[in-house]
Amino acid sequence: MTGRTSAPGIVARDVCKSFGSHLVLDKVNLTAEEGTILALLGPNGAGKTTIVRILSTLIPADSGSMRIAGHDVTSDADGVRALIGVTGQFSAVDNLLTGAENLRLMADLRHLGRDTGQRRVTELLEQFELTDAADKLLSTYSGGMRRRLDLAMTLVGEPRVIFLDEPTTGLDPRSRLTMWQIIRDLAAAGVTILLTTQNLDEADQLADRIAVLDQGRIVAEGTPAELKNRISGGHVRLHFADPHLLRSASELLPAAAPNQDQLVLQVPADGTVDSLRGLLDELHEARISVERVTIHTPDLDDVFFAVTGSHVTGSHVTDQPDEDPAPQGAAQR
Amino acid sequence: MTTLAYRLSDSRVMLRRNLKHQLRYPSMTLMLVGMPIVLLLLFVYVFGGQLGAGLGAHEGRSAYLDYVVPGLLLITVASAVQGTSIMVAMDMTGGIIDRFRTMAIARASVLTGHVLGSLIQTLAGMAILIGVAFGLGFHSTAGPLHWLAAIGVLALFAFALIWLAVALGLAAKSVETVSNTPMILFLLLFLSSGFVQTQTMPGGLRQFAEYQPFTPVADTVRGLLTGAAIGDHAIAAIAWSMGISVVAYLWAIRLYNRRRAAEPK
Repeated sequence: MTGRTSAPGIVARDVCKSFGSHLVLDKVNLTAEEGTILALLGPNGAGKTTIVRILSTLIPADSGSMRIAGHDVTSDADGVRALIGVTGQFSAVDNLLTGAENLRLMADLRHLGRDTGQRRVTELLEQFELTDAADKLLSTYSGGMRRRLDLAMTLVGEPRVIFLDEPTTGLDPRSRLTMWQIIRDLAAAGVTILLTTQNLDEADQLADRIAVLDQGRIVAEGTPAELKNRISGGHVRLHFADPHLLRSASELLPAAAPNQDQLVLQVPADGTVDSLRGLLDELHEARISVERVTIHTPDLDDVFFAVTGSHVTGSHVTDQPDEDPAPQGAAQR
Repeated sequence: MTTLAYRLSDSRVMLRRNLKHQLRYPSMTLMLVGMPIVLLLLFVYVFGGQLGAGLGAHEGRSAYLDYVVPGLLLITVASAVQGTSIMVAMDMTGGIIDRFRTMAIARASVLTGHVLGSLIQTLAGMAILIGVAFGLGFHSTAGPLHWLAAIGVLALFAFALIWLAVALGLAAKSVETVSNTPMILFLLLFLSSGFVQTQTMPGGLRQFAEYQPFTPVADTVRGLLTGAAIGDHAIAAIAWSMGISVVAYLWAIRLYNRRRAAEPK
């Protein structure tokens, strides 16, 4: 499994998939060169998980061609399976086993042999800071520990290509940073990674390239820098105590978007201190008192607005990942 | 290693996982093994006096104990396969099955692990039940060959019902619904010769009882253990077991391969 291939880690061409009459993926094209991180950015329901499930051989595509490290996903599924590791949105761990037993199970199923397997398990427990919890049942694990174990299980067979479906959803900020570092280290070691996320910052931090998925179509693709150039930038939100002040302010700043219900004025801003100071000075001179100021950095919604001209529809999308991953058994399948 | 060796290795790993599950989930394992023993005590000491009198003149509780042991061995099977369905459904609704599916392992090894694990559990449960029955004064005329044959018939029937339970576990939408479906097995068992002789039943019911799988199996095991007449029940028992095995196996594999092939997320 250490043999390098010249083929790109992941290639998908014109992948289509429908569930009934609902078109979920519409001619999706993706490429990830070996050893790079490709982030698939999109809201809930965009089709991110479906792509991951197709590329990882879980479900067939309706049409299109897909190759993982040179192996065809459709005709050589077992060849692909021997090369990949998948960490899905819902924890794929065995709740009735201990952490070490879960890893051991993976080592046995990868046919690593007794000694190699044991060495690999010990190694991964250390790497993922799970050595102390190795012999505890998973019911005692925290969410972050489960996520780490989940990824560790994926890595037992030293996969060349890894799929991470929303790997940091439900993690606290510290665990998220740990996870980010692990992902960077893997790519540095030559592993090709496809990760899905709803979080622009995460894609920006990790990815070599970002593909934006909207209702089953890739609507933008490029490096984080290229993509961010297309975003008009962030904005400042000014909160007022009463509607009169809001009206005065919006007359003063015609480019801004007022929100009467929330008594908020949304002013485009480039995020520099000077522009913010200028804005506040202007308001001060006009004797308009601002109750509170919040600074808003570009997020998924801004990317969507920039590339599709419309805001994210449907489910509510925030900078923070949504709810905790469902506990085992509760995951709706 | 060859492909076959990998397959065997994968199945062995899955079996070990399943046996560990049984140990880690002792409340269910104890319930499934314990309930047949409670029923044995109930049938022998509460109902046994009166039911035994019905077996013939000068018969009583001890004769009924001899009569009812095969029925309770089958209760052990029905009880154990309920656990199989639950375990399979738990596996299928959890996230780990998707991990297995993205690994280059023998696809059916997950199911093989469940089947072999349940078979071991069932045989162990039956051994415990036989032990308790002997403690209560069960009297067997069987020699070693008869015992082997009885174990063989029971194991074959258990194998068939375990595959059926695997299929039911795969077909279930949730763990909650599947824990009820094997109740039909208990009902069938009560409508067989497991607890009372079928000739004491009214016409229609009697016919039903005579032509359903539990009766020939119960009668064959009873014949082997206590020397009662077996007749053509042995052939019927084996035919039923093989038939159920094949149908349930094909159904289970079909469900397993088709499962979640088309659901949106």
